[in-house]
Amino acid sequence: MSGLSDRLRGLVVVAVPYLWLLMLFLVPFGIVLKISLSDIALAIPPYTPTLDLSQGWQGLKDFFADLDFENFVWLTQDDLYWKAYLSSLKIAVISTFLTLLVGYPIAYGMANAPDEWRPTLMMLVILPFWTSFLIRVYSWMGILSQEGFLNQFLLWTGVVSEPLTIMNTNTAVYIGIVYTYLPFMILPIYATLEKLDASLLEAASDLGCTRAQAFWLVTAPLSKPGVIAGCFLVFIPAIGEFVIPSLLGGSRTLMIGKVLWEEFFSNRDWPVASAVAVILLMILVIPIILFQRNEQKQREAEQ
Amino acid sequence: MAQTVFAPWADPNEKPLIQFKNVTKRFGDFTAIDNLTLDIFRREFFALLGPSGCGKTTLMRMLAGFETPTEGTITLEGKDISPVPPNKREVNMMFQSYALFPHLSVYDNIAFGLKRSDMSRDEIAARVEQMLKMVQLDKFARRKPHQISGGQRQRVALARSLAKAPKLLLLDEPLGALDKKLREETQFELMDIQEKTGTTFVIVTHDQEEAMTVASRVAVMDHGKVIQVDTPDRIYETPNSVYVADFIGDVNLIEGNARPLEEGQVAIAWAEGQPEIIGTPATPIAPGARVTFAIRPEKVAITNERPEDKPNAVQGKVLDIAYLGNISTYHVELATGQHIKAQIANNRRIARRSFTWEDEVWLSWTATAGVVLTQ
Repeated sequence: MSGLSDRLRGLVVVAVPYLWLLMLFLVPFGIVLKISLSDIALAIPPYTPTLDLSQGWQGLKDFFADLDFENFVWLTQDDLYWKAYLSSLKIAVISTFLTLLVGYPIAYGMANAPDEWRPTLMMLVILPFWTSFLIRVYSWMGILSQEGFLNQFLLWTGVVSEPLTIMNTNTAVYIGIVYTYLPFMILPIYATLEKLDASLLEAASDLGCTRAQAFWLVTAPLSKPGVIAGCFLVFIPAIGEFVIPSLLGGSRTLMIGKVLWEEFFSNRDWPVASAVAVILLMILVIPIILFQRNEQKQREAEQ
Repeated sequence: MAQTVFAPWADPNEKPLIQFKNVTKRFGDFTAIDNLTLDIFRREFFALLGPSGCGKTTLMRMLAGFETPTEGTITLEGKDISPVPPNKREVNMMFQSYALFPHLSVYDNIAFGLKRSDMSRDEIAARVEQMLKMVQLDKFARRKPHQISGGQRQRVALARSLAKAPKLLLLDEPLGALDKKLREETQFELMDIQEKTGTTFVIVTHDQEEAMTVASRVAVMDHGKVIQVDTPDRIYETPNSVYVADFIGDVNLIEGNARPLEEGQVAIAWAEGQPEIIGTPATPIAPGARVTFAIRPEKVAITNERPEDKPNAVQGKVLDIAYLGNISTYHVELATGQHIKAQIANNRRIARRSFTWEDEVWLSWTATAGVVLTQ
């Protein structure tokens, strides 16, 4: 009796996350995939065919007959799309690298700070999340614009004689992405550095390492899982980023998230927008799988 | 066959390898090491023994270079080592946690220190092979630390710290993480390796049995001070204080007033109506001085009848028997209410045991069996 109820309970526990994924990931993805195979139409919703079950079996057959890969073919024909994909990839890679460059020293400093300081420092890293993301990006516009705080400060100190043009360039996009995703880089690296056994560094020093050597030979390799996790956590959302390039970037900033938005809202071409989204997801599946593998390897190593 | 006894500390011509001269170490208000002076000689297996917080680990960390003395000097071969950073000292340490690099194989762990020196690749490879053979881990060279057992990890740590052939090897509770049987085996291995390599070992331990087994000399520490430095047998047989007597092994302590007798003996009055204890102090004692008589349980004999030939004999009742297999410890209550422990080897089957609970027995010992302590 209890065996059966245990199994039932086990089944329910497993079913919940799967049901969640089914409802909130697989079903929406199915809808997007379906739209990507449809044709644009001046109607509501703005695509054909729509599934009409009142026609019975024949209606279903007609429905599937009308689906095609036309939109995907279109994506290969217009170079805007693959250029946007490549440009997104480039911006995501560079900004991930920049985030690592800024985030690692911060995480390192936090991990080496006195114990009583750490909760405060952790708080400071998380604090920006308390304000809306959109508002924070807008405030960067106030900082980076021609008459912004940064230029005023630089002119006042005399570092530059003319205001710098940062706003509406890729530089502004990099600044925005690095700023926004920095906590996602800092936290996993901090977690690995904090776990690092201090006696390992003493052992390295005892065996003849200078501080720099001990860092490269012990700290750096042992924080690698945190670095990899942080890079994926920045890279994956950055590649599809839309808000930052559209608010801080210029007309020449080409990112796939922006293209998708324009197809969807400006052109009202839902099928092409959906095709762009499907391809983007397929591109992201690769780093996501790599990320999962890294996490799993780390868990195994800890056992 | 005459064998030269290894006792450089007794030879006035021998120069110590390490000298602590009036070393004090303070952490804020806390004094970890208090005006300590100590000599350690070449090829010694020197044990620092004491309860946790006695300063033994601080002493070792100062030798490794992780701490610098607040006052005083530490010399290695006559040179002050205070300004030398840990990575430049010819001193290596085996850490309590072993501190093996988890991302490196056993081989690379052992090679780690060698790669920091100016040895050639071939020399390094040969040296690592030699170390692997010494600790019998040749077959595990490619494994990562988490893929080998605790005992094997301990050996990797030892091999790694010995690979650079340091002038001095520091061992911080090296066997603490091993179970009893493996620990005993490893103690003998350590002594063997120490003898073969001729390296000076300084071991920190809180386990007195371990210190007694491996060390050529033991320093018993308490509150940042060295209480006694001596060979294990002398620490055990002739402790210089109640603290040392009590810390090392089991002991009966009886307090009383001393009255000098002839031939360097003293009589200690310790309780109303009980015969005085006759003891032999190492140094003359003033009449009426307050002393503690310390005697090991195994030096107390237990009999049914009063023995005629022993100068010290007291009567009591068996209160408890701790049976340890090879030996039994009898807890005997005297008429004064004091408890005295007597230890006897169980050389007869337990069914033939001569004494049992509640038996009236006599405890006796010779005039030289115990020590008379004044501090």
